Amino acid sequence: MSPNRRARSPTLELPHNPVFVSLLAYLRTCIPATSQGDVTDKRTSRRDRPWVFRTYSGHTSAEASNRLYRTNLAKGQTGLSVAFDLPTQTGFDSDHPLARGEVGKVGVPIGHIDDMTALFAGIPLDRMNTSMTINATAAWLLALYIAVAERNQIIPAQLHGTTQNDVIKEYLSRGTYVFPPGPSMRLISDMVAYTVDAVPQWNPTNVCSYHLQEAGATPVQEIAYALATALAILDAVRDRDDVPANALPRIVGRISFFLNSGIRFVDEVCKVRAMAELWDELTRERYGVEESKHRRFRYGVQVNSLGLTAAQPENNVIRITLEALGVTFSKNARCRALQLPAWNEALGLPRPWDQQWSLRIQQILAFETDLLEYEDLFDGSHVVEARTRELREAARAELEKVLAMGGAVAAVENAYMKQRLVVSHTERTRAIESGELEVVGVNTYTEAEASPLGSGAQLTLRVDESAEREQIERLEAFRIRRNAAEVDAALQNLKDVVQAGGNVMPPSIRAAASGATTGEWTDTLRGLFGEYRAPTGVVASRANESAPGLREVRDRVHQLSDKLGRPLKILVGKPGLDGHSNGAEQIAVKARDVGMEVVYDGIRLTPDEIARSARDEGVHVIGLSILSGSHGTLVLDVLDRLRKVGLEDIPVVVGGIIPEADAEQLRRAGVRRVYTPRDFDLARIMREIVDVVSESIPAA
Amino acid sequence: MEALEHKIPFPGAARIGITGAPGVGKSTLLDTLVRSLRPRGDTLAIVAVDPSSRASGGALLGDRIRVRSGASDPGVLIRSMAARDRLGGLADSTRAGVVILSAAFDRVFVETVGVGQSEVEVAALVDTLVYVVSPGAGDILQFMKAGILERPDIFVVNKADLGPLASRTAGELENGLALAEGIRVERRPPVLVISAQDGTGIAELVDAMDDHRGWLLEGNGLSEHRRRGDEAFVLETLELRYGSYGLEAIGGPDAVRARIRDDTSAFTAIEALSREIEQALRRSARSEA
Repeated sequence: MSPNRRARSPTLELPHNPVFVSLLAYLRTCIPATSQGDVTDKRTSRRDRPWVFRTYSGHTSAEASNRLYRTNLAKGQTGLSVAFDLPTQTGFDSDHPLARGEVGKVGVPIGHIDDMTALFAGIPLDRMNTSMTINATAAWLLALYIAVAERNQIIPAQLHGTTQNDVIKEYLSRGTYVFPPGPSMRLISDMVAYTVDAVPQWNPTNVCSYHLQEAGATPVQEIAYALATALAILDAVRDRDDVPANALPRIVGRISFFLNSGIRFVDEVCKVRAMAELWDELTRERYGVEESKHRRFRYGVQVNSLGLTAAQPENNVIRITLEALGVTFSKNARCRALQLPAWNEALGLPRPWDQQWSLRIQQILAFETDLLEYEDLFDGSHVVEARTRELREAARAELEKVLAMGGAVAAVENAYMKQRLVVSHTERTRAIESGELEVVGVNTYTEAEASPLGSGAQLTLRVDESAEREQIERLEAFRIRRNAAEVDAALQNLKDVVQAGGNVMPPSIRAAASGATTGEWTDTLRGLFGEYRAPTGVVASRANESAPGLREVRDRVHQLSDKLGRPLKILVGKPGLDGHSNGAEQIAVKARDVGMEVVYDGIRLTPDEIARSARDEGVHVIGLSILSGSHGTLVLDVLDRLRKVGLEDIPVVVGGIIPEADAEQLRRAGVRRVYTPRDFDLARIMREIVDVVSESIPAA
Repeated sequence: MEALEHKIPFPGAARIGITGAPGVGKSTLLDTLVRSLRPRGDTLAIVAVDPSSRASGGALLGDRIRVRSGASDPGVLIRSMAARDRLGGLADSTRAGVVILSAAFDRVFVETVGVGQSEVEVAALVDTLVYVVSPGAGDILQFMKAGILERPDIFVVNKADLGPLASRTAGELENGLALAEGIRVERRPPVLVISAQDGTGIAELVDAMDDHRGWLLEGNGLSEHRRRGDEAFVLETLELRYGSYGLEAIGGPDAVRARIRDDTSAFTAIEALSREIEQALRRSARSEA
């Protein structure tokens, strides 16, 4: 049965059609329960509709991801949340050198319209709510989505969904930006201006505070920086020539947010309430929006992943459940959509069974409890209202500070926000090391029964190594069968329109339909806007003299430095496309605190660049950080390069999300130490780095 | 080391310092300079000096990340160094590095954060000092009070894309320099307005740097300048090691200066003078005993 036929007649296979099953589940919850008898022991009130249940997923290929989506929908998921692989997120085709090792690992590879068609095969786009976690290349992926819909005779106005499209947080924590801040903001505002009329049910941007919390932000910082970003976007849109003033309220109403929910769930309830209050006020005062429906604070959530532990991972189910409460408990501040990570995210990629478990948490919360039968539980609570007020005022002050600098974009360029985040994260790391911040199973209650769950290797999904090769083969075949002349014309049109200041969406949709690839679209814009390197923020971190164990390690570093004749020098960098730099930054800061000279080379490095840096800087040891699962390929490439430049004696240590079996392989290939999220004691890591360098000094 | 100093043909590479407060765009400027000079065939070395922590002795060397244009280019070398060794002196290796690199590359840039003392030290290390300023960064009186106007050979106002604010700052700098004219008789440093981001004014900056080098090379200008730099370096090092008491023991700064002749490398002088100071101090200790 061809995908197109399925798309047009979904009613033909009712029991099996996953969309139908999920819609049934959804509709069921709207029908009021009939009531008789005693109010106190029967369900009498109408239940609210629950939030949209999503699971962030995608991997290997469009086809494999499509199967996963249909399975999840059949299990009761009510909306899609697409995870794209790093090359797609950063605008590289699967066969680009920087894509090596990354294809299909952290999400689905989408290179062109045929991939997009395969991704949504059998899923009627006019009835599905699709959230796409895509930022720098958001305009391209939306263009592809629209082009696929149009191929199925679905007009854009019928589409429901979201593109994350928040480049500010990419600069601050996630690292998948491409262009500099100015052009990136222009692309975002183009999408907002385009969708408000052409795709009115679409959320063109989801302003994110999620990633800020993952990068260590406090609740006040989460609120302030996310709101600053939202204001930056709205100001940019408001100032456009092609947006009439009377469209502004509607545009403001289309801005939605993507929040985090941490384990301190009482604070999280207060945080969201504070944010909703501030948003209501800002939209009224700054943009003159009068209708309250356009001032509503709409947001989706993924709960905290930073705090998920690799040790005693089963505990994470409890953490995830409690964190879901923070954003569902208060009706007036309830999320519109919720994504729960799986219990084993700190170990590797979740399997379908793991995702199912997290989905069940949502379903039990929504359907078995009475949470949705009540009005807001916290209105009138002096405890919650006091804390909410406290957070609101502190956030307002921090927001004013950022606005005084010139807004979110200025605060990115001068590294202010990034520095604040690095400082918060450093404090958190130190608090965990010192035991001041207790994490069960990690720094307290660490004695545990032998786990019946088995070892790490069996507990996660392994992306087949052939995935990359197969995706490249599909890409090459696609390039041959498309109409090259049409593609060239479309790309030229894209360049001309964008250069002349026109909206990026229409020419992008044309390029998508003609068969342009992700890399080609992005390269066209790279040619116009340039490529960007964001400030790292590490420099602001003050050295902490009194941390436990620090003095002892520092003495050892000094001793070794004296022996070496100059200070111990370490290169810290991230090969490949993974941009989550927080871990690497923490290591860099700690290494500085113990007296090392740290060459922090940042993200998106090729193995060649790493080897050259190591040689030119004369480092004694190299630390690599990779969280995208591409460590197998990339680390071996780096070791190979080091051999080629004669640096095979320089020890290499690696940190990241690395299953034990892979770690074993890396060690056999010559990596001296492998660190995973289990290794939170940075002082110990520093001690081991000193040991590793001592071991490699030739005996005098 | 000494042998190396002797073998380096004079004048060797142009040694250019790029300094200024944090955030003014020094790294971006260097990145643009790399892109503009490499096509001309010049090989470039960049010594990026970052502040180090007094207490831990460690340092975060984060400049190389901002100068990406040379990442895969064999004609560009970037070496990051910490400003201070644990004793607090400008690391010996910075000077040694610059000398060695100037034997192998056409131009050597030294990038530092311009904060008081280290500015003076960098001035002693390079032939041409470029001071980078952000528009609206503060009135010129502050610059004059900090004594910043006296050292640099070229002033650069970055972020020309900010338009009038940048040209106003340039104007203020020029007025300040005119007022300070009494100190700088030989040559008024030019004030250039550039945009490191889009490359505006970069060609003029390169010309100004080449121009300054040409001016120094007339007569004895450059060798005189380097000798003064050597003197400052030797004095600084000896003072750090032995204090002013130690210097006095061999006749004070003037006597030291007289000892540094053209054909002696600074490092040789430091070793020889250190031995002398130690002997002198031992003698006076004995005579007091």
